[in-house]
Amino acid sequence: MRLTVDIRKRLGNFQLQAAFTAEAGAPLALLGASGCGKSVTLRCVAGIMRPDEGHIELDGTVLYDSAGHIDLPPQRRSVGYLFQQYALFPNMTVRQNIAAAIRDRSRREAETAELLRRFRLEDVAAQRPRQLSGGQQQRTALARILASRPRAILLDEPFSALDSYLKYQLELELSDTLARFSGPVLWVTHDRGEAWRNCRRVCVMDHGAAEPVMDMETLFHRPGTVSAARLSGCKNYAAAVPEGESVRIPGWGVTLNCGRPVPPEVRVVGIRSHHVRPAAERENAVPCAVERVVDDVFGTIVLLRPENAAPEAPLLRMELDKADWAALPDRERLTVSIAPADILLLRE
Amino acid sequence: MDWYPLWNSLRIAAISTAAVFFLGLFAAYYIAKLPRAVKGVLDVVLTLPLVLPPTVVGWLLLCLLSPRRPLGEWAQAVLGLRLVMTWWSAVFATIVVSFPLMYRTARGAFESFDATLADAGRTLGLSNTWIFWRVRMPCCRQGILAGMVLAFARALGEYGATSMVAGYTPGKTATISTTVYQLWRTNDDAGALKWVLVNIAISAVFLLAVNLLESRERQNRKGGRSCA
Repeated sequence: MRLTVDIRKRLGNFQLQAAFTAEAGAPLALLGASGCGKSVTLRCVAGIMRPDEGHIELDGTVLYDSAGHIDLPPQRRSVGYLFQQYALFPNMTVRQNIAAAIRDRSRREAETAELLRRFRLEDVAAQRPRQLSGGQQQRTALARILASRPRAILLDEPFSALDSYLKYQLELELSDTLARFSGPVLWVTHDRGEAWRNCRRVCVMDHGAAEPVMDMETLFHRPGTVSAARLSGCKNYAAAVPEGESVRIPGWGVTLNCGRPVPPEVRVVGIRSHHVRPAAERENAVPCAVERVVDDVFGTIVLLRPENAAPEAPLLRMELDKADWAALPDRERLTVSIAPADILLLRE
Repeated sequence: MDWYPLWNSLRIAAISTAAVFFLGLFAAYYIAKLPRAVKGVLDVVLTLPLVLPPTVVGWLLLCLLSPRRPLGEWAQAVLGLRLVMTWWSAVFATIVVSFPLMYRTARGAFESFDATLADAGRTLGLSNTWIFWRVRMPCCRQGILAGMVLAFARALGEYGATSMVAGYTPGKTATISTTVYQLWRTNDDAGALKWVLVNIAISAVFLLAVNLLESRERQNRKGGRSCA
């Protein structure tokens, strides 16, 4: 079972272009900053919004096709949608919310009871949504989606409405629920950790444009573009000129060995803060002056200015354990190194 | 005392409120979905009876319903019905003048309705009709009830258009408001006072009901709930 999406939509001066395929058993993360078009994409797949053109197909059924003038109403798409605020019917109890999604009267009572039991909602079955905790609301919304027997599930920032304290437990529960689901899953989030823990594949979206789908490992080890690297949490960027197996970084006045041929289209290198190590004896040593030290919760952030850097060049950010920082003999001047494999080669 | 005007006023107001309930509701629901320009024009047209003098409404209605006009002539010839000067002719007048009250309050209630609830219902496979009656209406219940009460009160107090379309025939088309005018005109102040008191009593009860509904709605909003 698979969900294939290839759509374009114009919203004001915002142009959405999304193309990806999600396979059953491998939740696909749509990762992007807020306002990049992730939710619009989900709404188009669910049929709540209409794309300008394109094609959406689920498990062999065409849900939308602009050329063939096919546009199934949401009711006939069998696509479950977990809304950010869950969208539970406030005038109904938990039991009624779940039962409403079961159209076949003969199985309504038994299946509602089964879902209430499975999602541990029996004690609150007679309560209204506003009386529930955030976690109970999410479980009710999930139970209601499964009651409608969807062929695909779309999750729109599933934890945005919750305290971080509640999140972790719920994330494990949601992960278990999805593991038992046999169809494709789209998981919209701006949180790379959430994507990494729950999805195997990822589609990075930036200002309405979706990049090709990649494995989650690829996003973190070879993101390919600046926007993907940014979403994967990389903090250091510098304009670079490819030179064989090395890159020259004019802003920092250094040339770094990458240990592999650098493709000519590379324009920027990305370096993760924790890949910058205070070790002069290794390869790619860069002598730096310490500009600023920020004490973080579990570590220390050090902003470094490479010795030959141009005045307007970005500072190099290093993150290390508090103890490692305290153990350094000289905390004014420091030579750091970056392993060749840790240098991310990026296109704009 | 002849209680016919009370009974006549109440049935006219009840029938027109029932009609205005459906008309106002569906106008509010469908007009909310239209493009902005069309919505603006329709909004003005539908709200106009609220600000027009009732005599203007009455005159326009006579243009439509009088037996000398096409629609009135057709009803007379084909259905054998006289559309003016019967007790139920007043219903036309009260529908027109009370419609804007229902339409505007219903629209206000629908506009504060969380549209993702309807979207969620649709993705769950629930029909638009089911969502309308089982989710949207219960969530907007207070506002819609307030609109109905206002429409009923307005219909009950209608005089100008009613007197033009239905006239005043004791025991046939007389309503409270036309009776008060007739009694005052014939110098029966004592008789007029009786009906004035009856009218004030009924209207006060209805306005009390509107206030109760509105304060309950405010409380609900304050509590962060969209439904009672």
